[in-house]
Amino acid sequence: MSLLQLNGVKVHFPVRRGILFDRTVGHVYAVDGVSLSVEPGQTYGLVGESGCGKTTLGRAVLRLVDVTDGEVVFDGTDLAKLPDEEMRRFRRRLQMVFQDPLGSLNPRQNIESILSEGMEAHGIGANQAERRERIRGILARVGLPANALSRYPHEFSGGQRQRIGIARALVLEPDVIICDEPVSALDVSIQAQVINLLEELQQEMGLTYVVIAHDLAVVRHISDVVGVMYLGSLVEEAPSDTLYAEPRHPYTRALMSAVPVPDPEVEDNRERILLTGDLPSPANPPAGCRFHTRCPWKQETRCATDRPELRDLGGGHRVACHWAEEIADGRISPTHNAAQVVHGGHTEPAEPAGSAESTGAAAAVNTGKTEKAATAAE
Amino acid sequence: MSTKTDKIDRLAELTASTETSTGASLWVEAWRRLKGSKMAVIGACIIGAFVVVAIVGPWVAPYSPTAQLWRGEVFTNQNIFVGPRAENWLGLDHLARDEFSRMLVGARQTLLVGIVATLLGFTIGALIGGASGAALVLGGKVGRRIDTVVMRVIDIMLALPSLLLAVSIAAVLGQSLTTVMIAVGVVQIPVFARLLRGAMLAQGGSDYVLAARALGVRKRRIALGHVLPNSLSPVIVQATLSLATAIIEAAALSYLGLGNPDAAEPEWGVMLAQAQDYFDSAPMLAIYPALGIIVTALGFTLLGEAMREALDPKLRS
Repeated sequence: MSLLQLNGVKVHFPVRRGILFDRTVGHVYAVDGVSLSVEPGQTYGLVGESGCGKTTLGRAVLRLVDVTDGEVVFDGTDLAKLPDEEMRRFRRRLQMVFQDPLGSLNPRQNIESILSEGMEAHGIGANQAERRERIRGILARVGLPANALSRYPHEFSGGQRQRIGIARALVLEPDVIICDEPVSALDVSIQAQVINLLEELQQEMGLTYVVIAHDLAVVRHISDVVGVMYLGSLVEEAPSDTLYAEPRHPYTRALMSAVPVPDPEVEDNRERILLTGDLPSPANPPAGCRFHTRCPWKQETRCATDRPELRDLGGGHRVACHWAEEIADGRISPTHNAAQVVHGGHTEPAEPAGSAESTGAAAAVNTGKTEKAATAAE
Repeated sequence: MSTKTDKIDRLAELTASTETSTGASLWVEAWRRLKGSKMAVIGACIIGAFVVVAIVGPWVAPYSPTAQLWRGEVFTNQNIFVGPRAENWLGLDHLARDEFSRMLVGARQTLLVGIVATLLGFTIGALIGGASGAALVLGGKVGRRIDTVVMRVIDIMLALPSLLLAVSIAAVLGQSLTTVMIAVGVVQIPVFARLLRGAMLAQGGSDYVLAARALGVRKRRIALGHVLPNSLSPVIVQATLSLATAIIEAAALSYLGLGNPDAAEPEWGVMLAQAQDYFDSAPMLAIYPALGIIVTALGFTLLGEAMREALDPKLRS
């Protein structure tokens, strides 16, 4: 049985106007119907460009934002409908590591206070001495010196701060840790350290991770299963290797094609898909397939009217595209007015700045960041 | 882990702990920065001198501030005033009282009004703002409602010109020193309330609050243990700056005749008002109390500004 299962999770933020009385004038559909399941001991990677709702989804699992609709089933309990106090107690088993290591630590708390706060909230450890003992154990495990206890967050380096954030989650001995961009704020050399630490801890403690990232290389390195999000919904999900070897959804293909390859000859000759147009506003998402406004393979029928469900293509490869098989077989070719498919030699290899300017597409914008991580993961 | 990563870790450790191994909280660091600031030292010296004068003034004053000892020497109808001389360092005022003694004794009332008024504004304002901010941080529809209503009331108070509000309060409550304190204090309430509430609102949206929620910390502890302590520094700075404003406003109210009804009792604002009538012939009588007010206000302002810099999280090393 899966440890964590999301069934049609929706998170809609009301847009309010008014001075004395709130009047809802619309909704931002940040997460709009996501279903996925995470097996125990597994790492589930969530990728997508900024604003696609991956962070909101992660927060929705912990009920840090209200779930509008759908189920978040954790170990047989639907968290979405749990009363606040019971949810609070459940948070011992579901922890989170945040993107900004400094911002997520209270500047006025020393490390001991930061690490013991969770234990106090959940009644772990009879007294301060017992808690301190446990904190020391965790500090050693994440590779921080024992004299860190009385120090304050601003006295540490970025990587150390992220270790503190990880220690804070670990000290409660959770089952699931949701890592929201755990390394994107760190230097490349430190990124590798933190990722390795996360992997070591997973092996030692049998943790289950949900890793949220925009960095394809990081996700590939750490994940067993990867889900790709676009505009609040999952467009493709597959075991990590399968997804990277044969992406089936047009959006995933565009995303993958933005990752530079370290081999210059392959880099020069590989297919690149440059998406045109901007990411539609999540307050007013397009009808039908969310991606049809930018899809190079858009068809006359169905795309603009029917919203594709995730379909299993076999081997756990799920795709939300009406035409996935046809595109894979080459029976449908991309239309050039919607996007540009560039084969080697036709244009210069994309520089991040140039391509971002010419396309405005997130796939290209991601290039710069991915480059960094690709080096880190090597 | 490989030796290479160990090395990196050690390097990071070394660079992280240059000064202390025990760690310094933000307050300790702010205090260190404050001590190193020239502005803070000058401000503190001025305030210190002022406080000492206010406390010991009545005992060291060479003459009684109300005694008219040199009646035969001052003739206001003929514009004859006595300037500074050996036995009266700052000369005599229009009723032939020793100006120096009056300045010394007057400092106490000025300081008292400033401190009491600011404390009043700070306490009530922080309570209102803190409650409003906490309601907002604790969340829910009810919290937002409470905050909206409270803040609209505060906005109304803020919309009235402060001096006009103070004058109205003083007019309703009658003429006394307490009135001045209340009037000046009430004017400060909306400033403190808005400031604290705004700071709490900003802190409430920060990542560490989200992290505390994810950790399972109770809401009340988040509001009081995380958000409130991190929101206090702008309010503390404002309190210091407000002391300067309060002294000036108290002086203004006294000047307008809304202060202590006993006009013989020295107070810098009253002294300034009385000296106005003889400004042409004895300008120094107005300049002494004015200078006292300005220098004191400057002291508080300097210290407040230095504290603002010391507490600014952006300057954190």
